[in-house]
Amino acid sequence: MLMDTIAAISGVNPRKCMRCGKCSGSCPAYDEMEYHPHQFVSMVESGRIEELMASKGIYTCLSCFACIERCPRSVEPARLIEAVRLAVIRQQGKNHLTPEQIPQLLDEDLPQQAITSAFRKYKR
Amino acid sequence: MTYPYFPGCTLKTKGAELDACGRKAAEALGFPLEEIPDWQCCGAVYPLAKDEIATRLSSVRALAASREQGGKLVTLCSACYHVLKRVNGDMRNDDDIRRKVNNYLELELPYFGETKVLHYLEVLRDTVGWDELKKKVTKPLTGRKIGAYYGCLLLRPSRELGFDDPENPSIIEDFIRAIGAEPVIYAMRNECCGGYTTMENNTYAAKQAQKIVDNARNCGAEMLITACPLCMYNLTKNTDGSVPVKYFTELLAEALGLEEQNG
Repeated sequence: MLMDTIAAISGVNPRKCMRCGKCSGSCPAYDEMEYHPHQFVSMVESGRIEELMASKGIYTCLSCFACIERCPRSVEPARLIEAVRLAVIRQQGKNHLTPEQIPQLLDEDLPQQAITSAFRKYKR
Repeated sequence: MTYPYFPGCTLKTKGAELDACGRKAAEALGFPLEEIPDWQCCGAVYPLAKDEIATRLSSVRALAASREQGGKLVTLCSACYHVLKRVNGDMRNDDDIRRKVNNYLELELPYFGETKVLHYLEVLRDTVGWDELKKKVTKPLTGRKIGAYYGCLLLRPSRELGFDDPENPSIIEDFIRAIGAEPVIYAMRNECCGGYTTMENNTYAAKQAQKIVDNARNCGAEMLITACPLCMYNLTKNTDGSVPVKYFTELLAEALGLEEQNG
């Protein structure tokens, strides 16, 4: 069931992955993730979605698209990470960032782009 | 030729120099930018989810408006370029997204991705031309060692953006040469700076930004240039500030001798 949700949101077929590890080798957030991109893909494939939903790593993917650019099989790991993150924040009360938190995070130089993108990534 | 122009949320506020210098220089170079009416923020991040329609609508509105005005849409902000161009690709290639968006918007004429999204740098390269730009430079930045900071949004995924070689880009280096300065090549010029995580995990964003600045400085860069307001913020506020960062349009305006007119 959860696997179907992830497949519908991401449009990704994790079974195309051939475990070359290029995504993890390219990932600037590698050290910030308990499950690295190639593991992430493998865990989606084997249905371990709940573990991924509980992981902090889903909030540290930068969406820099290095993994998507370099994947020789067009698996698009970043889309899977996004889908798992959405599976979490689309639930009632599961936003990762709320408007109430914004004032304390502001400084005078912070671009609007930072706030907009953070809301798009962390809140529904 | 006048180009329809999408400034985006940040260029009206914190990134005002990127916008002001870009418009001034475009005017001087013979391709004035005309802001499209009633544009809305593009959302700053491309909606990766295939099942999201609402987050694509503002981009499609801007793209459809430009279709009526010559079929091109120019942006200066890396994020706007990235989002508009990828959503445009969805409207061209993804039947499901196209159908739902058109059903919702009920435009007079359904939108099929006809508009061509251009980054300002592409107009400089492909329409003005580097040689022509060089001729228009009145105050060449001779002797300045400048690092191009591409980041992620202009380059990847190259299959969709087609902006430049994603692993070994050259467009900003060519720009730096055209305005008379010396480009500095450094390894992390196309690495992500940590961007929007600055609000969620500032320590991490700062670590990533500092690595980029250190790498550029160690390779001899005295300055970095960017087209992204969020990179600008991250590389200045979240680092030791050892390498000044400017928008590429600021240097363009300077090289064209347009700075004084700024007052």
